[in-house]
Parts: sequence; C-alpha cells; structure tokens
Amino acid sequence: MAAELNETQLALRAMVREFARDRVAPHAEAWDRDHTFPVDVVREMGDLGLFGIPFPEAYGGGDGDLTTLCIAIEELAKVDQSIAITLEAAVGLAANPIFQFGSEAQRQRWLPDLVAGRALGGFGLTEPDAGSDAGGTRTKAVIDPDTDEWVIDGTKAFITNSGTEITSLVIVTAVTGTAAGRPEISSIIVPAGTPGLIVEPPYRKMGWHASDTHGLTLSECRVPRDHVLGEEGRGFAQFLATLDDGRIAIAALALGVIECCLEEATRYANDRIAFGRPIGANQGVAFKVADLAVMAAAARALVYDAAALRDAGKPFKKEAAIAKLYACEAAVTATREATQIFGGAGFMDETLVARQYRDAKILEIGEGTSEVQRLVIGRALGLPVT
Amino acid sequence: MNIVVCVKQIPDPAEPGALDPNTKTLKRDTKLILDESDAYGVEMALQLADAAGGGEVTLVSMAPNNETAGLRTALAMGAAKAILVSDPSLQGSDALTTSKVLAGAIKRVEGADLILTATESSDGYTGTVPEQVAELLGLPSVTFAKSIAVEGSTVKVERQTEAGYDDVECPTPCVVSVTAGVVEPRYPSFKGIMAAKSKPVDELSAADVGVTAGGWAGAGQEIVAVEQAPAREAGEVVEDDGTGAEKIVAFLENLRVI
Repeated sequence: MAAELNETQLALRAMVREFARDRVAPHAEAWDRDHTFPVDVVREMGDLGLFGIPFPEAYGGGDGDLTTLCIAIEELAKVDQSIAITLEAAVGLAANPIFQFGSEAQRQRWLPDLVAGRALGGFGLTEPDAGSDAGGTRTKAVIDPDTDEWVIDGTKAFITNSGTEITSLVIVTAVTGTAAGRPEISSIIVPAGTPGLIVEPPYRKMGWHASDTHGLTLSECRVPRDHVLGEEGRGFAQFLATLDDGRIAIAALALGVIECCLEEATRYANDRIAFGRPIGANQGVAFKVADLAVMAAAARALVYDAAALRDAGKPFKKEAAIAKLYACEAAVTATREATQIFGGAGFMDETLVARQYRDAKILEIGEGTSEVQRLVIGRALGLPVT
Repeated sequence: MNIVVCVKQIPDPAEPGALDPNTKTLKRDTKLILDESDAYGVEMALQLADAAGGGEVTLVSMAPNNETAGLRTALAMGAAKAILVSDPSLQGSDALTTSKVLAGAIKRVEGADLILTATESSDGYTGTVPEQVAELLGLPSVTFAKSIAVEGSTVKVERQTEAGYDDVECPTPCVVSVTAGVVEPRYPSFKGIMAAKSKPVDELSAADVGVTAGGWAGAGQEIVAVEQAPAREAGEVVEDDGTGAEKIVAFLENLRVI
C-alpha cells in the first residue's frame, strides 16, 4: 500500500498547487484556444526544479523520486493536461532514458539543460506504421564507413516536445541491423537542428492543444556514431523500460484529471439551481459525483502504490500497467460524467471540464494503449496471450 | 546584512476552521502552514539580503506542538535558519505575551540589523505585535512599509497611507512591518524544499526566552463570548424606472462608500 506523503512531498505538492493555481490556470483556456505552447511557464517550472525532481544532484537534479514527480504531474493536470504532459514527457521520455541508459559523456552533455528545464527532449518511437507494434519500426540507421556517422532515414509520428523553441534533442529508435533474423533496434540521440531532421508542422489535435506535438521526417540525417544511446541494439529493451516508468506518471496525470472533475462537479452540483434546488439534491446527479469520488480514490491508491514499488526498487511492471489502464479509462469516464453534470455549459470550450474531456481521450492511447496494458497484465498473470 | 523575520504558522485558510468552545479560540490541532501575509516579509528580507550582497535571514516563530511545517516553507524560500518557541504553557497567550516571546527569541539572534513582520496575522488580526516587539526590544519601528531600501545604517521606507505613502527614514536596527503586495513572494523550488530539511531550527521553551507567565494565566485579555455573525439581511431592490443609476448612487453615498 502506498505510504503517506512525507514532509518534502507535502511541501512540493503545496508549491505546485499554488503555482498551478496562479501561473497556469488563469491562462490555460487561452493557450488551449490559441494552441500556444507557453515556453515562459515551462522555464518557470524549470526554475522551480520540476524537471529535475527524480535526478541526482550531480546533474542538477533534486534527488527526489518517482512518487514526488507524480505529485507534481497530478497537481498540474488538475488545471491543464497540456502542461502536465509537457513535464511528464520531458522527464519520462527524454531525460530519464538518457539518465538510465546513456553513457556518462551523454549524461554530462544533455542532462544539465534537460534537468533545469532550459531544454526539452522528445522520444521518437511511434511511426505511421509502428505504434503499439513498435517492433515494426521502419526507420533505419546505417553507419557511413567514410565518416563513421549514423545516416538515419524514416518517419516518426506524434512526437511530444519535438518542435519547441527550447527542444534540444529527439531520441529516435531505428533499425540498425539484424540479430537472429530479427530487426535490431537502437536508440539514437539526434540533436535539434541537425540537417535532415525535419520537424513537420504541428498536428490538428482533438485536445492537448498547448502541448507541442509534431511528426518528424529523417532524411539522410547524420549524427556521430557515439550518439547511439547507451549500447547499440538495446533500443527495444530501453523503450520497454522507459514506458514502464512512464505509465505510472501518465496514470498520475489521469488521477489529476479525475480529481479536477470531482472538485468541479461537486461545486457545480451545489451551486447550480434547477427546479428550485441545487442539482446535487437529485440522486441522478449526486450518484454521479459519488462515483467520481470512488474513481479518484481508486486511481490514487493504484498510482501511488505502483510509484512506491518503483521507488522501493521492487518489480512494478504489472502494477504500472494496472494503474495506467484504470486511471486513464476512469479519467475518460470522469470527464464525460462531469461534462454531463455541467449540461450545456459543459459543452462550451471555455468550461474546464469540457477541456478536460477533450484532453482525456488521448490518455487511453498515448504511452501504451489500454489494449496494450491489458496485454501486459495478461502476460504478467501467466496467460499465453499474444 | 542580517535580518530577522517574525512568521506565524496558522491553520490552512483553505480548510474550514473551527473554534474551540472551551477556550473560544481557533483550533490549532491540524497541520499549520506559513501565514501568507508573512511570505511578503520573508521575500522582502531575502531581497534585501541579496541587495546587501550577503547576510542571513533568520525566522522567529511561536507555535504549538513544535510545528515547523510553515517554517520549512520559509526556509525552502531561502531563509537560513529558524528559532521556534513552542511550549504547552504558552497556550492561550495574548498578543502581548506573544510579543514578549518573539522579542525574547529575537534577542538570541546576534547582529540583527533589521526585524521584519507582517502588519497583522491572517488568523488573529490583532495587528499589535510589531509595535509591541519594537517597544520590548527598545528599537524604533516603522509600520505599513510598501517598500524598503537600506543605505548604510539607515532604512528608507515608503510607508503606506490612505492617500498614498510617506517617505520615512529610520536608523538600524529597527522593526518594520510590511504590507501584503509589496513584493511577489517566490515559490519555494524543489531544491529549496530539499535543502530546507537540513536547515537548523532551534526549538526553545518559554523559559528559554524569559517568559514565565504565558498562556491563559498571563493573558491580560479574556474572550468573554463568541457569537455568530448576524445573517446577511435582505438587500434593497431598486426597480429601474429610468432613475435606477441615481438611486444606486444615492444609496452608496448614504453608506459613504462613494
């Protein structure tokens, strides 16, 4: 069972809650409407140390743990999923793989800026024809023997934080050979601005409008041989491990969304008068709000249980998948029900629960779909599911 | 430049507070947090120490149950250390006893050039502690500072008034109370929060600061009764027959709000 939050975690939560209330919430609607990536606010989050929470002080980090990072993501998601995912993806999908798998030289070169929030990184795994089927990666990298450089060709899709003005790198997965008849995949660090790395225009998305997402085209993109992340041929194992950590953080984001729905729906059910009484006097509304409280409590237990296992160095793969699956599906349900409680007002873009509703759907898809989570859980149960 | 900031740790205003029916005072058995009005003094102190090119910011607080959560917030913002006076015998202390405790604690800080306080706390609102502390320490005091600059051994204060502000000068050491909104208090960074865990908090008893008759026994005031605020009365409805605006202006003039 997840432990009580310690004093440091409570202090961090109070700080992020205040920051979210004062610096994010008042602008979130405008960022959503205008599809603005608020780089100044991201830098402020960097100054507050949010991007460095789980990394050692040697790289400028805060020496915290995954639980503490989850608290920050949860609090931000209560007011703006785009800001929360910017933090989650920057830490979980860029800085974390470099810290976990990178050489000391790679850590020294890239981590200080990523950890300080002065720079953001992207993780280029998904391709137009390889999403959940990451083994189907078609991007190729071959060594040019004359220059000892990787020459990368391929296409990546839906890459978060890949095109901001402070993006410093994208880690791309690419086939670098074959082993025992199977494609061998490596992760390669491609610095932003490398010739041949083409950042496509931003997508038109259903939600997460203030989060930066692009397709990438790699066309004879050349990087030095030593830019392979850690060991050559380890890309598949690296991204599986990366996604395990990321699942807990995404589940924390979903928890924040559910909490937001609970708070907003409770307030509205008390304030909104229809037929001469608050709408919360109707069981049809009150029971929906009660269900939101159950979802929040269940998601909280699952998220912080999985995070506590991870922080204690215990196996957590199944628990991470369970937390991600439940919290993200519950977040979609919670946003739908909260929107229903708000009635017509809930369908207006400027209403917080409406934005949360549009933003929530991707939670069941990104960083491992709900179906993939069920596969992971099924396999962990010993089922021969493929 | 060494600065002392008096800070109060109060029940979280976001949580519904409750009065203890026996003592008729606010219950303080929940987790206490840094009074937001003290965050301005802490920020001001940090900026002044920065501008002076060095020096320490020391916090002084009186709180029940050895509470340090609010102090940790101010330490995470950048204060160097804290003195906490916590003693069961101090429960029920009035503003004057509180001032004696704070003054006793401040005396233990060597070489304090400036003592900052809020104008009043956000839970008790007596607004008398800053001047009492100054009197007990035998120091000059300036109230309602909206900005402070230190030049040598002189403090230059813009003192908020109803009409604007007065320029006031005062020799150091002195006690200055600062208004909310003078500076924008910084958020404590995660590194600050981690660092605050190991910053020294000197925990003292009432006797350590020379207060022997604190609490209910030493209080010169007594809360005789607590009553519910009267329910809001129905307002006056103005039908707009073309003279609505004039009627509203007359109504507001009658209340002397315009």
